[in-house]
Amino acid sequence: MDGTVLEQTSDTGVQREAVIRVRNLTNRFGPQVVHDDLNLDVWRGEVLGIVGGSGTGKSVLLRTIVGLNKPAAGSIEVLGVDVLNGPEQERRRIEKHWGVAFQDGALFSSLTVLQNVIAPLREHTGISENLMRALGSLKISLVGLPQLSCGKFPSELSGGMRKRAALARALALDPEIVFLDEPTAGLDPIGAAAYDELIGELQHALGLTVFMVTHDLDSLYAICDRIAVLAEKRVLVEGPIEEMTKVDHPWVQEYFTGPRARAAQEKGQDR
Amino acid sequence: MTRPNIHSDHDANGVCLRISGALLTQSLEAVEQAFTQVKPQGGNVTLDLSGVEALDTGGAWLIADLAQRARAAGAQISYEGLSPAYSALLKTVAQSIPDEPVAVSERRSFADWVARVGARTVGAWNDTLSMLGFLGLTLHRLARTIVMPWRLRKAALVSQMEEVGFKAIPIVALMGFLIGVVLAFQGATQLKQFGAEIFVVELISISVLRELGILLTAIIVAGRSGSAFTASIGSMKVQEEIDAMRTLGLDPIEVLVIPRVVALLIMLPILGFIADIAALIGGGLMSWIDLGVSPGMFATRLKENTGIWQFAIGMIKAPFFALVIGVIACWQAMQVKGSAQSVGQRTTASVVQSIFMVIALDALFSIFFSVLEI
Repeated sequence: MDGTVLEQTSDTGVQREAVIRVRNLTNRFGPQVVHDDLNLDVWRGEVLGIVGGSGTGKSVLLRTIVGLNKPAAGSIEVLGVDVLNGPEQERRRIEKHWGVAFQDGALFSSLTVLQNVIAPLREHTGISENLMRALGSLKISLVGLPQLSCGKFPSELSGGMRKRAALARALALDPEIVFLDEPTAGLDPIGAAAYDELIGELQHALGLTVFMVTHDLDSLYAICDRIAVLAEKRVLVEGPIEEMTKVDHPWVQEYFTGPRARAAQEKGQDR
Repeated sequence: MTRPNIHSDHDANGVCLRISGALLTQSLEAVEQAFTQVKPQGGNVTLDLSGVEALDTGGAWLIADLAQRARAAGAQISYEGLSPAYSALLKTVAQSIPDEPVAVSERRSFADWVARVGARTVGAWNDTLSMLGFLGLTLHRLARTIVMPWRLRKAALVSQMEEVGFKAIPIVALMGFLIGVVLAFQGATQLKQFGAEIFVVELISISVLRELGILLTAIIVAGRSGSAFTASIGSMKVQEEIDAMRTLGLDPIEVLVIPRVVALLIMLPILGFIADIAALIGGGLMSWIDLGVSPGMFATRLKENTGIWQFAIGMIKAPFFALVIGVIACWQAMQVKGSAQSVGQRTTASVVQSIFMVIALDALFSIFFSVLEI
């Protein structure tokens, strides 16, 4: 793909392609500065976990990348397209290449689950009603929901099922990048583990790039290839989880060497 | 990327289907029909995927569906040019295709129609029972509030009184004034024909004081405050705030419903009175301009010929209207389930029902007072 950046990594020698490039991003809400000169790269085919304390702007970063929040300064490129100032047509085109699953699902409450999943197909493709339904129910079954839930309304689903339905809708157009906002928050450990596994499987099968905001240490150990820590208004460190424990920063130390982190690490190694 | 394509070749070994191009969800439109038109028969079927440039779940579904249909027709499937990545994707998709396709919209028979009518009737009956139950509950809590007045939430009551009463004064006064003007103007045109212009005073005073003033005020309040009650309590219901109250030992009826109903009970008569006065002023002004009935004459005739009962009947109805509006609005709010859409539906239902009930109640009062010969 032209316009995207290929970089030679020094240690592995493998060429990798940045699908998202955030440069010098500044976000401000009134007098409160959330991001100051933030830089971040997301490589094709990786699962990137974004962690950080409450109020460090994890969700704001996600919302800024997908264009729901206008930053005060900086540039963002997704698949080589400038999503902030690029031509309208290009930005519209790029929207079909990503899917977003919001924290509480954000399913359309007046539509059934199947209609929710079909909605982007109806908007962006010209395929027949039958194929749309077939692909919709395929996505629903891919995310592990029973076919029975196709005709249900979001209000009739449990929290975990809503999250899965939201993922099915995010995957409807077979995007290259999937944004997940706290995908396992509020799920029971079994449901959360199953969801992690699902994301891992889908990522392998469909070759997705996953941008995941999470607090779930189990998810970080289980499926994230790389982790970016937001602190002090920027990406403090990024790298594989094994390197996180070596970072000399009080918050990072506490986060990755606390009792919960140790438990998650042991569990992650068992897998 | 090239357009996706499917091409079938017959050779000695059987059928070879050559699939090529980018099979992506967003470009499937071009090839969908070609795929569904392939009617595989038995024998050997070779799927040649060496020309496939890109594949996603949409494209994989088409291939998996084709393979499934071919297998059902008794064919032996073999793949050619299948990369490991595509193979894995095809496998994932084939495993996930639901056995039973989703039922397309149900057919509507006469029996369904009868069943629906029955369900609606039972539903309406249950709604009536539930609403009467809610009315009883509200009256019980009201009575308890009268016995134990310290349980009344004063801050909530005052803020609701401001919301439903004070802020409604301009619209109610303007409405009353215009009704007075319209009545005087229409009455004058008709009464002039008989030379009975002076009766315009009775026309205005009796119709406004007895019926229109309070009725139209109640309709405005139902539209303005009834909808606000349903929407605000309904949203709290969606956010589980009502449940949270219950777990904290707070009674939602006492905390949310009573202040609103009491505010209506106090403010609706006052608003009705304001509407009455505004209508008399509007009517008097119009009579003066159009018919030359001076304000003095208007006032004298009003005092002599319109009994206090005309005004009292209007005011007696006010608290009943207030109760109807408040109870229907809060009951509808409690029926909200789950979604934002439900809040909207219930708000609409609340306004329609309370306006209808206010008018129906007014008709009942008319019969009641005419039997009493007041």
